[in-house]
Amino acid sequence: MTVTDQVSRTAARIDELRSEGRAALVGYLPVGYPDLEGSIAAARQMVAAGVDIVELGVPYSDPVMDGPMIQRAVEHALASGTRVRDTLRAVEGVAETGVPVLVMTYWNPVVRYGVDAFARDLAAAGGAGLITPDLIPDEAGEWLTASQEHGLDRVFLVAPSSTSERLAMTASASRGFVYAASTMGVTGTRASVGSDAERLVADTRRAGAERVCVGLGVSTAEQAAEVAGYADGVIVGSALVRALVDAESAAAGLDGIAEVAQDLATGIRGARR
Amino acid sequence: MTATQDQPSPQEVGPTTQAAGSGPYFGDFGGRFVPEALIEALDELATEYDKAKADPEFGAELSRLHRTYTGRPSIITEVPRFAAHCGGARVILKREDLNHTGSHKINNVLGQALLTKRLGKSRVIAETGAGQHGVATATAAALFDLDCVIYMGEEDTRRQALNVARMRLLGAEVVPVTTGSRTLKDAINEALRDWVTNVDSTNYVFGTVGGPHPFPAMVRDLQRIIGVEARQQVLDLTGRLPDVIAACVGGGSNAIGIFHAFLDDTDVRLVGLEAGGDGVESGRHAATISGGAPGVLHGARSFLLQDEDGQTVESHSISAGLDYPGVGPEHSWLSTIGRAEYRPITDAQAMEAFRLLCRTEGIIPAIESAHALAGAMQLGQELTAQGEDPPVILVNLSGRGDKDVETAAEWFSLLDEGTS
Ligand SMILES: Cc1ncc(COP(=O)(O)O)c(C=O)c1O
Repeated sequence: MTVTDQVSRTAARIDELRSEGRAALVGYLPVGYPDLEGSIAAARQMVAAGVDIVELGVPYSDPVMDGPMIQRAVEHALASGTRVRDTLRAVEGVAETGVPVLVMTYWNPVVRYGVDAFARDLAAAGGAGLITPDLIPDEAGEWLTASQEHGLDRVFLVAPSSTSERLAMTASASRGFVYAASTMGVTGTRASVGSDAERLVADTRRAGAERVCVGLGVSTAEQAAEVAGYADGVIVGSALVRALVDAESAAAGLDGIAEVAQDLATGIRGARR
Repeated sequence: MTATQDQPSPQEVGPTTQAAGSGPYFGDFGGRFVPEALIEALDELATEYDKAKADPEFGAELSRLHRTYTGRPSIITEVPRFAAHCGGARVILKREDLNHTGSHKINNVLGQALLTKRLGKSRVIAETGAGQHGVATATAAALFDLDCVIYMGEEDTRRQALNVARMRLLGAEVVPVTTGSRTLKDAINEALRDWVTNVDSTNYVFGTVGGPHPFPAMVRDLQRIIGVEARQQVLDLTGRLPDVIAACVGGGSNAIGIFHAFLDDTDVRLVGLEAGGDGVESGRHAATISGGAPGVLHGARSFLLQDEDGQTVESHSISAGLDYPGVGPEHSWLSTIGRAEYRPITDAQAMEAFRLLCRTEGIIPAIESAHALAGAMQLGQELTAQGEDPPVILVNLSGRGDKDVETAAEWFSLLDEGTS
């Protein structure tokens, strides 16, 4: 079997959970917050507490899709010297747990590293693929080739404003799952998950996507349960990051992560599908 | 000229103008590296702009505003006493400093405000560094009765407190941005976040020829009138085309505005002057093409100042309007194909040119534009040394220096007792 024939590990995990009757919990944390080792420990902690798929963020100087919470953590990570290659070390450290590890990255760090070289090194580190918030399939030629070559997932985003043509195009370019942005906006916790999200998931499926996960603004067990009722996965970022940012010590941060992740995992398991 | 004078007529489009095209790509540069959530708004804007271009009403309305509001056509001024410092070349200034609000930024903003109305949107947002684009946007918002929010790095709101007051007088809300380096690039990030969230009601009035398609081509088209006017004015005055055109480059809108009408005049050298800060070798500069490398920032592939990890590097310049680590994709392309040249001008060189223009001609330029003047001083020396007889240099005087009086007074220690 050649690399390109391999099935996506992320997709396989989502399918497995689907057969168990539940959605996947996808947890985001930025690499390098509070420091490299601390971010690896935090990600492993959230896996132990029930996160099914990990999303590790590459700290970037201009994170236009992120709200204040993640911006703060990422600024700290950069200021304390976190490098792009640290992401690969973190991937290795978290992939040991056996869960699929995706890397969320703005596009320029990958361009600078070299698209093919990054894909090669990510695959070698045990990473599952990339989530690319500022790269649309229209601009992704080089990445389509490299991800194919190295057997990596391509998680592109769709938004409530996406036309049906763009949903179809994005669905067919994606591998692993399609990331449905619940509302028009940036990452952060919100009082409610927009009603747009359920419609968007349905539309994205109709456009050909086999797996659709919902992110942006999900922070509570109730919201997770609601989203798990119609999506294949629930993506949580800011609520987990906040547990680290608000903690008074590294140990307290890990406890906080465990608490938030457990709560979300319980919510998802209680969802009516 | 017809009502749509800012559009090239098909007969006058030569091969380079044709190759420059209307986006999304300029050679390997440009594109749309933005979140999917913005694609519909960008498509909508591009479609509406295409319709507007074909609509004589739009051209007529813009021309009327140019004439009756901005004060176009802007004049040209030959400056012989300044030219004495330019190796004997003839130097002609295109006086964008005389426009309403004090710079070329108004040309772009009026066009985009008309488009906002056509889109049926009621709110505009913009980024600003020095405050010139913010002031121009706030002005157009007042004129067209639009809600207006301006994002400005906290650092810049402090450095340019008077422009903050100007925007507020005009009815705009000014939001100080406290993330990242707290300067122009972070103001753009914050404006993009606002746009993603409020795209139904809001149009983003981008201030330069950067950003995702259609901004680079659209802002260029709206600034193109500078070169169209100047080309005829220089012909009328001198009986020939200029040998060199000098313009400062921040994001590149005033430069592309004056360059574009000359792209196919192959004997006319096009020179963009970037902000060299303390010198490119010092690392403290904003000379994106001279000292940067290709990458992706704020929606486009272009040259940018970045470290080995692709993190944007903070820029430095005495001129807030040039203090930006990116540059418009069409400039990256023009540089790569060799049609335009880009060179850095240090803070000290720009301030010397600034002082000279004040003293010799009674014109206080914007510090941004002083970079172009310093370029003319260098180019004039080089050209004469090559033995050509009086070469003609056309300088785009993109703005006036009222906003820079405090910076200049500090630079020249004019606030100290007994100094001159
Ligand atoms: C007078 C003046 N010139 C030039 C610029 C730089 O912008 P651009 O390179 O887009 O012309 C500015 C920006 O604030 C400006 O105020």
